Amino acid sequence: QKTKEGFFSKLAKAVAGKDKVDEEVLDQVEDALISADVGVDTTVAIINRIEQRVARDKYLGTSQLNDILQEEIMSMLTSAPSNEFATFDVPAGKKPYVILVVGVNGVGKTTTIGKLAHNFKKNGKSVLLGAADTFRAAAVDQLTIWSDRVGVPIVKKEMGSDPSSVAFDAVQSAIARDSDVVIIDTAGRLHNKAYLMDELGKIRRVISKKMPDAPHEVLLVLDGSTGQNAIEQARHFTAATDVTAIAVTKLDGTAKGGVVLAIANQFRIPVKYIGVGERMEDLQIFDKAEFVDSLFSLK
Amino acid sequence: MFENLSERLESAFKQLKGEGRINEINIATTVKEIRRALVDADVNYKIAKEFTDKVKDKAIGEKVITSVSPGQLMVKIVKDELAELMGGKEHEIDLSGKPTVILIAGLQGSGKTTFSGKLANFLNSKKNKKPLLVAADIYRPAAMEQLRVLAEQIKVPVHIELENRDAVAIAQNAIALAKQNGNNVVIIDTAGRLAIDEAMMTEVANIKAAVNPSEILFVVDSMTGQDAVNTAKAFNDRLDFTGVVLTKLDGDTRGGAALTIKYTVDKPIKFVSMGEKMEALDIFYPERMAQRILGMGDITTLVERA
Ligand SMILES: Nc1nc2c(ncn2[C@@H]2O[C@H](COP(=O)(O)OP(=O)(O)OP(=O)(O)O)[C@@H](O)[C@H]2O)c(=O)[nH]1
Ligand SMILES: Nc1nc2c(ncn2[C@@H]2O[C@H](COP(=O)(O)OP(=O)(O)OP(=O)(O)O)[C@@H](O)[C@H]2O)c(=O)[nH]1
Ligand SMILES: [Mg+2]
Ligand SMILES: [Mg+2]
Repeated sequence: QKTKEGFFSKLAKAVAGKDKVDEEVLDQVEDALISADVGVDTTVAIINRIEQRVARDKYLGTSQLNDILQEEIMSMLTSAPSNEFATFDVPAGKKPYVILVVGVNGVGKTTTIGKLAHNFKKNGKSVLLGAADTFRAAAVDQLTIWSDRVGVPIVKKEMGSDPSSVAFDAVQSAIARDSDVVIIDTAGRLHNKAYLMDELGKIRRVISKKMPDAPHEVLLVLDGSTGQNAIEQARHFTAATDVTAIAVTKLDGTAKGGVVLAIANQFRIPVKYIGVGERMEDLQIFDKAEFVDSLFSLK
Repeated sequence: MFENLSERLESAFKQLKGEGRINEINIATTVKEIRRALVDADVNYKIAKEFTDKVKDKAIGEKVITSVSPGQLMVKIVKDELAELMGGKEHEIDLSGKPTVILIAGLQGSGKTTFSGKLANFLNSKKNKKPLLVAADIYRPAAMEQLRVLAEQIKVPVHIELENRDAVAIAQNAIALAKQNGNNVVIIDTAGRLAIDEAMMTEVANIKAAVNPSEILFVVDSMTGQDAVNTAKAFNDRLDFTGVVLTKLDGDTRGGAALTIKYTVDKPIKFVSMGEKMEALDIFYPERMAQRILGMGDITTLVERA
């Protein structure tokens, strides 16, 4: 709250004694959005919409500008299907609920899986993890430590095994154990590497052989400090795996993750979770209004 | 995002055609487009502005002569400025210490552990050194195991103390061990940390104080956005690092963070990391990076057509 006031008090100063939103005020809004990684195109679109509304509605004061900004930016964030996102829950009738986690290298996939498992478990769900990153050094060990920490079972094979077969086994084992949720980790891969993206397609297909409507969720993990390249990540991962939701990590740092605005708007993918630390408690359900506020915070 | 940069610049340049000299007015659109391209490439927006203002000052008054199109002229000025800014003197890595201690630091997931392995491999196979890798990340699950696996792959020794909860002590022990075993380079991999995490920044500053490294390399993901300026500044304030490593350049990011960091802390970029394999390491080429940030594929075509 304190940090948020920084921007708006600055804004208040800029608009003091003015009866309309002028160039200077809009420049400040623009700077705040650009420095939050919102990107030039999206920022220009937001500014244009504000200018139009201000002309139409007449500007009243900073708190109104705040409201208009909130509204306009929030309208860019896709809404999640109703009833689904309020808690760490999974829809009924899909058991086990299969979540495939994808993303480029080092964004926080494995950690997010650990946190998700913790939160689902806390919410009374039985969880199983699938260690389908058989490539990166000690990736299986890392997920194993998370499974111990949270206290959930893990399905794994040797390093170098076919990730599809691990995913298949994980779903099979979750069915056998009557688990509520199975979360499958995959190796980090850059989206411009076609052969690695094809491998994800294969993992998807193999999972659906075991369970035709699975994976029910493909969670794309984005690093909150990534700039405009995140748009390309969303584009390619969506093309390869039909991404259904996004998790934005590392928002406990000074980066704002504003690029997800462009992504949610352009690809109509809802942001579902945010990562705010390295502990298992550090995962939150995405809150639109809070996110928009944080874009303007001076951390 | 960049498909139409050349188009945009081309139409901006058209306005220059037929003018005698570049002036404040006829260059305005071009400068704006270049600034926009830089911000799109994740260059910090304030730095992009300062940079294009400087370019503009250089260009104003230049004669637009028929043999060189105004477009070519501008492109040349921009690219040269950028390459100069990114480059400066060549900085070799300092290997004179006995042993040479190299401290690796950066944000979470930036590629420190992978780079530590690559650097050890490079020094071992190309520079005839005997490196020792040190696992001083006591936090991340399986961080030590990760370094152990990489060390095994490249056949370089690694110092690990699984039960020790003191990263400073691990680093100190490793140096004693290196002296004993005749390792002339010690590479210390540390945990990822946020620049605003006071306790963690103190830890890495304490490691520095305890081992007196001759190189401190700040490892940064080339996909980083506007925040690169804060992070680089904070790490540099705390550690006064000696060089930068840019990772994941095998992706398709423009890598504007490289310009941001160079501009902010003026430390040389010593290595680039471009893949997950232990061999995927290269030295830094300022010219290439300048082209990449500008989306030079576009501009080169444009110049050819101009
Ligand atoms: N500060 C902070 N660090 C995080 C967060 N999420 C993950 N991390 C850290 O980021 C680093 C990388 O996380 P991983 O979970 O290994 O990332 P990954 O995407 O699985 O990486 P690869 O499998 O190598 O592609 C680790 O040091 C994590 O502790 C977060 O929300 N905040
Ligand atoms: N494609 C590609 N991947 C890389 C590169 N460098 C590192 N990686 C990958 O990025 C991920 C993170 O690398 P790490 O070396 O674990 O990063 P780190 O900085 O040690 O991470 P923490 O210790 O958790 O802070 C891993 O999946 C690496 O394989 C690179 O240059 N290109
Ligand atoms: Mg992982
Ligand atoms: Mg590491």
